[in-house]
Parts: sequence; C-alpha cells; structure tokens
Amino acid sequence: MSALAPTLSDTSTALCVVCILLVPLAGAGLALINTGLGRSRSAAQLMMSSLCVLSVAAIAYLACGFAFQGLAGQPAHVAMIGGKPWSWLGSGHLFLHHVPLDNSSVLLAVLLGMLSAGLAGLIPLGAGLDRWRLGACCISTAVLAGWTYPLFAHWVWGGGWLAQLGANYGLGHGFVDSGGASAIQALGGLTALAMAWILGPRRGKYTRDGMPSAIPGHNAVFVLFGCLLALVGWWGLNSAGAILYNGAGAGAAVLVAINTILSAASAALSAALVTNTRFGKPDASLTANGWIGGLAASSGACAVALPVEAVVIGLVAGILVTFSVEWFELRMSVDDPGGSISAHAMGGLWGVLSVGIFAQMAPGALSAAGETAAHRGQWLAQLVGIATLIGFILPLTYGLNRLVNRVYPQRVSAQGERQGMDLYELGAGAYPEFIVHSEEFTER
Amino acid sequence: MKILGFLLLLSGWAIALTAVALLTRDAPRVAFVLAGVGVEILGLALVIRAHSIHRGELE
Repeated sequence: MSALAPTLSDTSTALCVVCILLVPLAGAGLALINTGLGRSRSAAQLMMSSLCVLSVAAIAYLACGFAFQGLAGQPAHVAMIGGKPWSWLGSGHLFLHHVPLDNSSVLLAVLLGMLSAGLAGLIPLGAGLDRWRLGACCISTAVLAGWTYPLFAHWVWGGGWLAQLGANYGLGHGFVDSGGASAIQALGGLTALAMAWILGPRRGKYTRDGMPSAIPGHNAVFVLFGCLLALVGWWGLNSAGAILYNGAGAGAAVLVAINTILSAASAALSAALVTNTRFGKPDASLTANGWIGGLAASSGACAVALPVEAVVIGLVAGILVTFSVEWFELRMSVDDPGGSISAHAMGGLWGVLSVGIFAQMAPGALSAAGETAAHRGQWLAQLVGIATLIGFILPLTYGLNRLVNRVYPQRVSAQGERQGMDLYELGAGAYPEFIVHSEEFTER
Repeated sequence: MKILGFLLLLSGWAIALTAVALLTRDAPRVAFVLAGVGVEILGLALVIRAHSIHRGELE
C-alpha cells in the first residue's frame, strides 16, 4: 500500500494543493496550545521556537530529508532478505536535484513532507516547555526533519519495507497510515518523550518526596483556540495524505473530513466526561489534550474507517490520553507540560492500531490496492509498525538527541529557568505590562 | 539499566522483524511478533525506571 498515485487528476491536484495549504494551521494550533500551557514568562520564546522549528524543518527537509524519504517507484536502497526486497532508504539527490519540477505529484509530496516534518518538530516543544533552549531545539529539529522523519516516512509512504509488508508477506495491505498517525504524530510524540527524559522536569515540579506540583498553564483561551485551528489544519493534513499517499480519489476528502471531526469531537467529549466524573468539573487542558489526541488518532484510519468507527476511535483516544497524562506525571515522573507525549504518541499509536481493528477499506479509499483486497493480517502489519516506532525510532531519536545534548546542552541554565525563557533568551517578555512577582525569581 | 532497556527495545524489534521475514505460517509468526512486542515492553519499563527521579533529586 501507500503507493503514490503516478499522476493526479486536475481535480485531485487542485484539492490537494488547497488541503496542503491548510496544514500550517495545524502548526499554528499546536504552537498556541503549547504556549497557553506554558508559563507566561516563556510565551514569546515558545512562539519564537515554533517559528524557528518550522523554518529549520523546511530547510533540513529540502537539504536531505526528501532525498532520504523518496517516493514509491523512485530509486531507493534495497536489501534482499529471504528473496524479498526490503527498501530501507530513499536514494535521491540532495537539495531536490532529482525532482522534476513539472511533476505536480512529486512537488506536492515535497511540500506536504516539508510541512509534516515541521509539524513533527513542533510536537516535542510541548514536552520541553519552559526549559528547552532555542538553539538546541533548532538543532534537534534539523536532526528530526533531516533524518529521523524521512527515514520512517520512507518506510511508510516511500514504498519502504513497512508499506510492502502486504505485497511481500501477505499482511493485509501492508502498513497503512493515511494522514501521519505514525510518521508525524507518534514519531513526534516519542521524540517528545525522549526530550522530556533528556531535559528532566522543570524546577519545582516535583517535591522531595516525588510528588508533582501543579504548574497551571497561563492562558486557557490560547489552548482552546489552538484546538479549533488545529482541526482545520488536520482536515488538510489527513485529506492530502489520503490523496497523495493512499491513492484515494478527490471524493474521499469528504469522508476524511467527517472522520477527522468525529474523532476529535468524541475524544474531547470523553476527556471532558472523564475529568468531570473524576474531579467534579471538566478540565480544560485535559479536554484540549483529548481533542488533539483524537485528531492524532484520526490520522491513521481517516480514509479507511466508517464514521461510526471514527467515533469509537475518538472515544478511546480521549480516555487513553486523559489517563496517560496522569500516568506520565505521577507514575513515570515525566514532566510534559503540553501533554505532547500523551496526545501525540499515545493518540498516534492508538490511531495506527485502529487501522488494523476498524479499517473496512471504505469505497473510494485505498483505490490503489483495490477495495476488495484481503484485509487479513492487517492488524499484524500495524503491530509491526508500532513495534518499529517503539523498538527502533524511540532509541534512535533518544540517542541522537543525547548526542546533540553532549555537543550543545539542551536545557537552559538554572538562572534562565528562574528568570524565564523570554527575558533570558530573547531579552524581552511577551507581556511587558504584567506585574512580576518577586518570589518567582527567588532561588529555592 | 538504561542501556539494557534500550538494548531490549532494539531486540524486541529485531524479534518482530525476524518473525515476519522468516516465518511463513500465521500462528508462529503472530506469536513471535507478540513476543517481540513483549520484549519491547520490558525494555520500555527498564528505561522508564532508569529515568524515574530519585526522591528530591530535582526539587
């Protein structure tokens, strides 16, 4: 599966362009959510970091990312194992030298890849809030967009070995991921986990007896408005992915949009219901995390599930994310202020698995493989994809970021953390008219 | 413990891949992929434990 349509119809091309141009709204939404969930004294630095991450990702992807990712049918490094081809890395030229500039399908894939790499790079920012240096997150993003993301994206969307599990080993349609639940969401979320481990928790987050202190976000309006922006971006992301990577027709975009909003809506409602039941009132930040978790989960099966199944996918995602946030904070002592690990990694992994459970290969979707193709073994292909994310991508991204940390320490100094990232790194705060409470600067 | 955990993660992935590549019958293939995932979960638990904060360390 995941064969790129060799040529798109004019309608599909036009729709794809519109959809891809919506994707930056997902980035804007994530940036607002992360900013709102952080402290006010780090707001400007976080927005600046988001902008830099998108910029670095675009350049790194242009420089080498697309060459490594490649596309189905294009030259790639292939190893023969047991007589079966295992395509493991694209072998294109750097700086898009091999890309024909008149082939709109390929150029659309380049554009979507650039934005997707930027989106994946934004996700770890939520886990590194209030302590991740601007320069360090740029270097980390360059590694992600130039190597980690393209490598996995080749396996999933570039005709790589995961996509070929169906053709080579009879596992359903091979690994299916319509909108990036694995390559963008889970990969970004696992990188967020690696960064949270490397950076360590914020000062004052955990008491001497290991209990976490509540450090509430500074602007719930940013967070909730970011959720609405993200929905529009996700419509574009999921629809463009389904058309470009799954060979779905232009008409499939409607089903994708319906499934996307249903998944997000049911996830937000289930998160609100769970928090209301447990705490007496619905929690805005956890509901927002649930919404994003629902969006992340929707990316997997958005083009191949029925609407009622999208509701189930969202319901499970909302519950999963809500409990996961608490589990990471309380049990694992992982300080993830933006909930990135729970929303994107857990939501994304669930989205990947949901393809194996729910995918019916709905009419109009996955036309490249044929709607009547056997679905047998699909869940095993999805499970192999999950095993690859946890067993290979997590150690890889952790190792690379540890290496970066050795060369260029990623965590800000204690003084910078007390002072706030805005003043320390940018020299000016996001809200200069705010009154600063002196006790926030007192060394404990 | 951290390194051992990451080695187990990689080993679990290798088991899952080997099962897909070498086994042809469904039942053993599924069993070995699940075993690989199990090894990964064990590795993840070790990595998590290694990263857990010692009480008061970062207060």
